[in-house]
Amino acid sequence: MARGIKDKVAIIGMGCARFGERWEDNADTLMVEAFTEAVADAGIDTSQIDAAWQSVGFDGVNIGPSGIPTSIALRLPNAGVTKVENYCASGTDAFRGAVYAVASGGADIALAIGVEKLKDTGYGGLPVRTRGSTWDMIGVTGSAPGNFAQLANGYRAKHGIDAADLKRAMAHVSVKSHANGARNPKAHLRNEIDIDKVMNAPMIAEPLGLFDCCGVSDGAACAIVTTPEIARSLGKQDLVMVKALQLATSNGWEMQQAGGWDGSYIHTTRIAAKRAYEEAGIKNPRAELDLLEVHDCFSITELVVMEDLFVSQEGKGWTDVLDGFFDADGEIPCQIDGGLKCFGHPIGASGLRMIYENYLQLQGRAGDRQRAKPPKLALSHNLGGMPSQNVSAIAIVGTEDA
Amino acid sequence: MAATGLLAHCLRDRLETIGELVSDIRGILSYGAYVPRRRLQRSAIHAANKWFAPALGAMAKGERAIANWDEDAITMGVEASRDCLDGYDRASLSGVTLASVSHSFADRLNAGIIKEALDLSDTIAADDRGGSLRAGTSALLSALQGSGSAHLIAAADLRKARAASDAEMLQGDASAAVLVGNGDDVIARLVASHSVTVDFVDHYREAGEEYDYAWEPRWIREIGHGGILTGAIRDCIDRSGLDAASIEHAIIPLTARGAAASVAKKSGLSPDALVDPLGATIGDCGTAHPLLMLTQTLDAAQPGEHVLVAGFGQGADVMIFQITAAINSVRRGRLEKQLARGIQDSNYMRFLAHRGVLDIEKGMRAELDEKQPSTSLYRNRKAVFALVGARCTKTGTVQFPASDIGVNPNDHSIGTQEPYPLAERSARVLSYTADSLAFSLDPACYYGTIDFEGGGRIAVEFAEVSAEDVDVGSQMRMVFRIKAYDSLRHFRKYFWKATPISQGDA
Repeated sequence: MARGIKDKVAIIGMGCARFGERWEDNADTLMVEAFTEAVADAGIDTSQIDAAWQSVGFDGVNIGPSGIPTSIALRLPNAGVTKVENYCASGTDAFRGAVYAVASGGADIALAIGVEKLKDTGYGGLPVRTRGSTWDMIGVTGSAPGNFAQLANGYRAKHGIDAADLKRAMAHVSVKSHANGARNPKAHLRNEIDIDKVMNAPMIAEPLGLFDCCGVSDGAACAIVTTPEIARSLGKQDLVMVKALQLATSNGWEMQQAGGWDGSYIHTTRIAAKRAYEEAGIKNPRAELDLLEVHDCFSITELVVMEDLFVSQEGKGWTDVLDGFFDADGEIPCQIDGGLKCFGHPIGASGLRMIYENYLQLQGRAGDRQRAKPPKLALSHNLGGMPSQNVSAIAIVGTEDA
Repeated sequence: MAATGLLAHCLRDRLETIGELVSDIRGILSYGAYVPRRRLQRSAIHAANKWFAPALGAMAKGERAIANWDEDAITMGVEASRDCLDGYDRASLSGVTLASVSHSFADRLNAGIIKEALDLSDTIAADDRGGSLRAGTSALLSALQGSGSAHLIAAADLRKARAASDAEMLQGDASAAVLVGNGDDVIARLVASHSVTVDFVDHYREAGEEYDYAWEPRWIREIGHGGILTGAIRDCIDRSGLDAASIEHAIIPLTARGAAASVAKKSGLSPDALVDPLGATIGDCGTAHPLLMLTQTLDAAQPGEHVLVAGFGQGADVMIFQITAAINSVRRGRLEKQLARGIQDSNYMRFLAHRGVLDIEKGMRAELDEKQPSTSLYRNRKAVFALVGARCTKTGTVQFPASDIGVNPNDHSIGTQEPYPLAERSARVLSYTADSLAFSLDPACYYGTIDFEGGGRIAVEFAEVSAEDVDVGSQMRMVFRIKAYDSLRHFRKYFWKATPISQGDA
């Protein structure tokens, strides 16, 4: 295996816009909101940024196919700006670009910024769009809930779980995230809900109801990264270090029955997780990880991903959920910021928003929702696509001594 | 019966016993039927419209077959053809015809799409027939009068009728297919035929128009059915040399109550010979109707029996067949199966919306641009129309769609794949959902991932599904359907969908 990225790059500044229905904002004003926070946090000047990666998920309602809008909005010093599109995993992929640039020596200070302006579509949920002319002839023009609902049905069938039991475990995921989101001033949804409300909500895609689905939001988030040496030269202490950064992309195996994927898990997440733990030197994720931010686009995704990250045993994720293992006061809090479910899901920004929360928590700066026991290792998991064909991105960040 | 006719008749019967000559006999080799699953209750049509047209009450009995939003003459024609070709070597076909007065395309060969969906050879003749409700019988007669290898005749109609019209009550959507050819496995040989052409305008539809304009039923019954059709039937029976009363099965495709019986009586046919016109169960299926009634007869007929088939429209076609012993070796119960799979439906508003009679608000999610590049459709026609995937000659791995580099993780071999058709293979549901968010004209939109028997997996939409029909592990079969409409450029995209075997087994 490659030598890896562990401890080669530090995060020196991060910013995140308030997520939500930002009717009065364009993509550029959302980016500026996140960027000004990050630049102030880093204590640098824009002119010090050598290169930038900009992530956006949906070109049609956004900014077009280049990095120019970011360069213009932030008035970057004619730096190289690369646009990253990798479905909902775009944010972590942009972070990967910036981190790799610094690790390679190609840039001293690099920026990753993600943005999505979704609330210009005119309807709820993600935009309906083409996936290319070949796919449009033979693929299913379904919805995101429909694609992930299949994960629930596949998982239920594989493990012989009663449909009502699984529905209740999924409801626990959402109730927990609403409780967390209520304590986050930047979150899109800040209302607490109870199990009954989830269970009785209208069905969106069987068996996913309204509250099994995350919010669709406008927002932006960004990270400024550099080498530990430069960070210290800038006066930074107690650095937040990148411990692992992995991306795994489907190659068609799941969809084409060449190996026996059974529809009950995310194949690429298992691959990315194994690689990330090896890169970070993590032997027992359930014992070593302190915080999880995962891609809870739907309640079932979060539940299944607990197993795919090897935190829960296969087939036992749903009981861990019901036992409160992932609650804010549980063993390993998951989505302590509210997650995609309540912080919101501006596609291109989400991966960076997850890292933002982990960064704040590691520094003890997460306000009302700060984990009391100081966390040292935090994982974020960012998933793009659908269960049968996707991109899984995992970023593990930690304190210098982790 | 004229003496010469009787002699010819006896001679033909004698000839049938001589092996070498039997193979020269042209006739019907096989047949198939397709009737959409939903059966709209006529009482529901009447209930919705009686405020305006109380007279519809006289017709408000029984049910009519209604196609789903994703069906048309082509897709229904494909289903009947698959039923007809079951067990037949498709490579032996030399021609395919689609007869319809509701062709999906005015200038694009509709039968050509059926040819692609059936994965027939490119070296095949194909044509569309239309212009009159007797296009189905005319196409059948042409094929019978032709020569050479087997010719597939499909007839299908999905006609649009105004709300509260008689046509809306009386019509039905369905298709039938007949395979014509030579050989000792001919199940019905042509004994006689007769055609007349008269510009009798009982109803018409100008090119490009949506709805028929129909004249008074009393006049049509007396002059059209009683005169033109009856005359043609009499003349054909005379040609055959048969005694009219001895004909065992008479297919007179008139669904109005008493209409067929009246023609039969005037023609000298036995009332017992009348084949059920299917008005109470399916409705008048236009060009498909005589052929659909023929499938009903072929399901039950015995060797030696005679079958008269009539088609009516600006004149008439009449054919008389004699059933051969080969009928005993074909699968029967084809129309019966189609009748049995029906489910009662009283949702008249959905029917109007599916027909485009009611302009429902489809919402922004329906605004997806469905533009179809002709170039990519042509390149991918085997995958799109015939559901042809690929099998690796090295590893045996089956996949859809085909690709240059194989999907098998143990051997990503390059250029080792051969075409592998999946359309006729059964499949099992791996995962599924009922999606209420995605746009569908028949919500909830069911779709999922299915595994084919023998390998291959596809994520695909489901057709004709309700909640109790599907679960992980359910057995499915593939059906050819409309995938999407491009309403901007007036194009329709076809692809395959999966349907539960218990419901969609044609």
